[in-house]
Amino acid sequence: MEAQEIYADRRGSVTDHRIKTDICIIGAGPVGLFAVFEAGLLKMRCHLIDALPQVGGQLSEIYPHKPIYDIPGYPAINAQELVNNLMEQISPFQPSFTLGERVEAVERQADGSYYVVGSENTIIHAQVIVIAGGLGSFEPRKPEIPGLSDFEGRGVSYMVKNPEHYRDKRIVIAGGGDSALDWTVFLSDIAREVTLIHRSDSFRGAPDSAEKVFALAASGKIQLLLQRNLSSVRGNGILNQVGVTDKHKQEQLIETDALIPLFGLSPKLGPIADWGLNIDKSAITVDTTDYSTGIERIYAIGDINTYPGKLKLILCGFHEAALMAQSAFKYVHPAEKLSFKYTTVNGVNTF
Amino acid sequence: MEEIIHITVEDPQGGIRQLEIPEGISLSLMEVLRASEYDILATCGGMALCATCHIEVLEGSENLDPLSDAELDMLDTLPDAGDQSRLACQIRLNPALDGLKIRVFGNN
Repeated sequence: MEAQEIYADRRGSVTDHRIKTDICIIGAGPVGLFAVFEAGLLKMRCHLIDALPQVGGQLSEIYPHKPIYDIPGYPAINAQELVNNLMEQISPFQPSFTLGERVEAVERQADGSYYVVGSENTIIHAQVIVIAGGLGSFEPRKPEIPGLSDFEGRGVSYMVKNPEHYRDKRIVIAGGGDSALDWTVFLSDIAREVTLIHRSDSFRGAPDSAEKVFALAASGKIQLLLQRNLSSVRGNGILNQVGVTDKHKQEQLIETDALIPLFGLSPKLGPIADWGLNIDKSAITVDTTDYSTGIERIYAIGDINTYPGKLKLILCGFHEAALMAQSAFKYVHPAEKLSFKYTTVNGVNTF
Repeated sequence: MEEIIHITVEDPQGGIRQLEIPEGISLSLMEVLRASEYDILATCGGMALCATCHIEVLEGSENLDPLSDAELDMLDTLPDAGDQSRLACQIRLNPALDGLKIRVFGNN
């Protein structure tokens, strides 16, 4: 299923959610997931929040079927299989998840704990924050059209959250990937008029979706504009026209109620840049004794951090998670003494 | 004697720089651009899966290997790709690239 579809499924059910946990992990990629295990061994509960609608970070989003060769103990393992195994490994510690939601802000409380605030109003109260955000949060790729951002939420959206929103409306979809094709087919039954704009003359997405789109165009149910590019957006506060240019730069205006550019997702550092952390080339500088940032109770592990000799490897992130957990313990269980135990001796004491 | 591969790079602000890369270095053009501190994320690390190393070839495209299906698939998802678009991670450095002229995109 395309990311946008899962997004649409999930979004309806999300409301103002309050969650209390020991450690809030920002980013549910492999390193964030494994941090749950290391924290769990030290009796610390975790809640994970991720902008993507599924766990696994870039492994699940970008290369689920690619083999990885440098995970200790696995001569080769597919990215999605590694994510599935990590989910199984951490399940005894009952992590909870907020997916499809980007963290907007962190607010320090008088007692040192934090509120982590999500873009859909989820509020997570945690003693410790662990940023395992990889290259940042995956966000829709936006075409460079002057004034486009002025119409965001006023006719322009980059994902279909609720298809019913488009009932009996005129819509323009731009893009040539699977999600553009799938939504064109799906919305052709709901919207009054659907126009699909694509820059080349063929589709490289799933052949059966492309066939359906061509069939809908042949029967007049949708308008298909190939070898065209989006060039302008117009309207008085609310979008009512989009400009489309052909190969000869001739612009044609299309009357519409909505524009949905679907050009995939790309990672952005996002609001993390504004939290007062030390940032060096889009990475957070950390102290390698425990992967703490300069701000008390906030740690950064995995690809998002940087330090002398840093390697962006999953196995390095796993190591960083283990050391982070040892250090975070003092904030979660201040009255207890930390003693280091092997799983071979002690087993995995679940919650 | 070791030859030098010259590649001219235009950045999003219009600045132009010539890179001199020793021949025989086993890198992709993406890796060279990153090493030269261009703002390229290379999220997928060079598997033609993220399109963050999108470039436009201004001169010398005839000396490049043809695009693979994976590269074409990925370019097709971009809003701003054109006829001369390539993914820098799919271009291996070799002496035939000498004189190549490219434009890199900002990481927007």
